[in-house]
Amino acid sequence: MSTLVVAEHDKAALKGATLNTVAAAQKIGGEVHVLVAGQDAGGIARSAAQIAGVAKVLHAEGPQFAAPTAESLAALVVPLAAAYSHILLPASGFGKDVAPRIAALLDVAQISDIIAVESADTFVRPIYAGNALATVQSKDARKVITVRATGFDAAETSGGSASVESVASPAADERVKVLGQELTKSDRPELTSARIVVSGGRGLQNGANFKMLEALADKLHAAIGASRAAVDAGYVPNDYQVGQTGKIVAPDLYIAIGISGAIQHLAGMKDSKVIVAINKDPEAPIFQVADYGLVGDLFEIVPQLTAALDA
Amino acid sequence: MTRQRATVYNSAPAAPPVSNGRPGFSMKVLVPVKRVVDFNVKVRVKADGSGVDTANVKMSMNPFDEIAVEEAVRLKEKGVATEIVAVSCGVAACQETLRTALAIGADRAVLVESAAELQPLAVAKLLKAVAAKEAPQLVLMGKQAIDDDANQTGQMLAALLDWPQATFASKIDLADGRATVKREIDGGLETVSMPLPAVITVDLRLNEPRYATLPNIMKAKKKPLETMTPAALGVDVTPRLATLKVAEPAKRKGGGKVADAKELVAKLRNEAKVI
Repeated sequence: MSTLVVAEHDKAALKGATLNTVAAAQKIGGEVHVLVAGQDAGGIARSAAQIAGVAKVLHAEGPQFAAPTAESLAALVVPLAAAYSHILLPASGFGKDVAPRIAALLDVAQISDIIAVESADTFVRPIYAGNALATVQSKDARKVITVRATGFDAAETSGGSASVESVASPAADERVKVLGQELTKSDRPELTSARIVVSGGRGLQNGANFKMLEALADKLHAAIGASRAAVDAGYVPNDYQVGQTGKIVAPDLYIAIGISGAIQHLAGMKDSKVIVAINKDPEAPIFQVADYGLVGDLFEIVPQLTAALDA
Repeated sequence: MTRQRATVYNSAPAAPPVSNGRPGFSMKVLVPVKRVVDFNVKVRVKADGSGVDTANVKMSMNPFDEIAVEEAVRLKEKGVATEIVAVSCGVAACQETLRTALAIGADRAVLVESAAELQPLAVAKLLKAVAAKEAPQLVLMGKQAIDDDANQTGQMLAALLDWPQATFASKIDLADGRATVKREIDGGLETVSMPLPAVITVDLRLNEPRYATLPNIMKAKKKPLETMTPAALGVDVTPRLATLKVAEPAKRKGGGKVADAKELVAKLRNEAKVI
C-alpha cells in the first residue's frame, strides 16, 4: 500500500494544503510519496523532501507545468498511478479540477473532500453543504481522493529526508492554452490557512466599506473573507468567497460581519474554533452558530472593535 | 354566445435554427441537469443513519445546472448555438427537471431512467454514451451538485471523451471553433482557450438564470422528451462507493451574546483566548 500526493505549489513554495494532504496520506498508512510538477521546480521538490514522513519525491520538470492544466497533470499522473494504491490531492480549486480527470482515466471512483480517514478504504466526507457526514467505502483497487485541509493537521515541514527522483514528463497537451491569470495581490495570510478571518457580507453595502474591515484585519493579522452576496455584488473578488462552493475555512477565530448566515455560507466556516457575529438583525441565522454575537450597527461596532483592540 | 377560440400550442416543427450567417452551420450544446433537494431545504439525517431524509422534501434543478441551461439559451439567442439538448439521469420524476430546462429554452430532452444510485463515474459514462448519439460541440454543466457536493462529473466526462475541460467558468466566449473561458481559481481568475468540442462546468457568477414564463412552461410540455435506459446505452452503473452510514455533524453551541465591542474583546482575550 502506498500513496502518491500530488503537490500544489505557487512556483515559490508548496501550498499549505499540500501538508494537510500529506498528513491524510500518513493516516492511510503505507509509504507516502510526493509528486512535484513544475518548471524550475527543483527547490520545491527539495522542500517536499523535507516534509516529515515523506519517503520519496518525484519531480517532473517542463514548461507545460508552469501554468499546469488538468489535461497535462492527468497525463503525468495516470502512468505513475500503477505503483500506488492511493492518489491524493488537496481539495482546492487545483485538486478538484484534476482529481476527477485522473480517476475517470483510471476507471475508478473519486472521493471528494474527505475530512477523516477511517481505514485504507473508508473515509468520511461532508454532503448537503456539510449538514450530513457520509462514511463511504471504496471498492476500487486504486483510490483517488481530494483532501479537505481543515480536516487534518499539517505535516511538519522539516524532519524528512526523502530522495528526489526525476520522472519523465509526457509531451504537453497543446489543446488547452492558459492565456493569463488575474491574481489578488495581498500581504495578508492566505484565507484557507489564516488563524483569524474577518469576513464581510451584504451588510457592508459596498466595496469601499470593506476598507473598514481591512483596518480590523490589520490589527488582528487576519485574512479577509466574504459571503457569496458580497462577491456577487462586486464588493470583493471571487477568491474571497467562503462557503459550500467557495473556500472552506476553520480558523481559530472567524468574525462574520453583516453576514446573515445562510446554510451555504455556514458550510464554509462552521468548523471555526470561535465564531463572532456582528449583525443588526437579531434573527439572523448566524447568531445560532456564534459563540459571541453582537446585535447592532456594524458601521459603529467595527470601528469600536478596532479601537478596543489597541487597549 | 360566441365561443372564444382557445390558443392552441401545437407541436409544429421548431423554427429553423439561427444560422449565424453561415450555411450548414450547426452547434449543438448538451446540458446535463440534476434533480436535487432544493437549496433552501435544511436536510435532516435519518435516525437509522442510512441516509438523508428526502421524503416529501422539495426537489429542484441543481442551481449550477440552471446557470448552465441559461448560458446555453443565451448562446442560442446570440446565434452561436443552434440546438440545446437537456439530459438527466435518474428516476422518472427527473422529467420535471427536464421540463424546466425545456421551459427555460432547451429544444429537446433526454431522460436516462434508472432507480439505481448513480454516482459521478456512472453518470459520466451515461453522458458519454448520450454524447456519442447526440454529437454535441459543447457540454455545459454545473460545477457541482448541491446534494453530494462531489464536483466531479464534468471533469470525468471530459476525460472519458478525451475532450479538454474548463471548470468553474465565470465567462464563456465561443468563436471560430474555440472556447475562451474565464475560470474562478483559488487565487483569483484564469483565462484559458481550447478547441471545441469541450466540456465546460459553470460557476455562480456566469449568469443569473431567467424564470421560466408560463407560456414557455406550456410550450415545454410539447417539446420532445426521449427516455432510455443505462442497459440500452451499454453502461454498467454499479456504484463503486458504498455508503456505510450518514451522520449529523457535531452540533455547534451558539447563541452567545455580548453587549458591546469592549466586552467582545475582553471575552476573546480572556475567555476564548484566541487573541
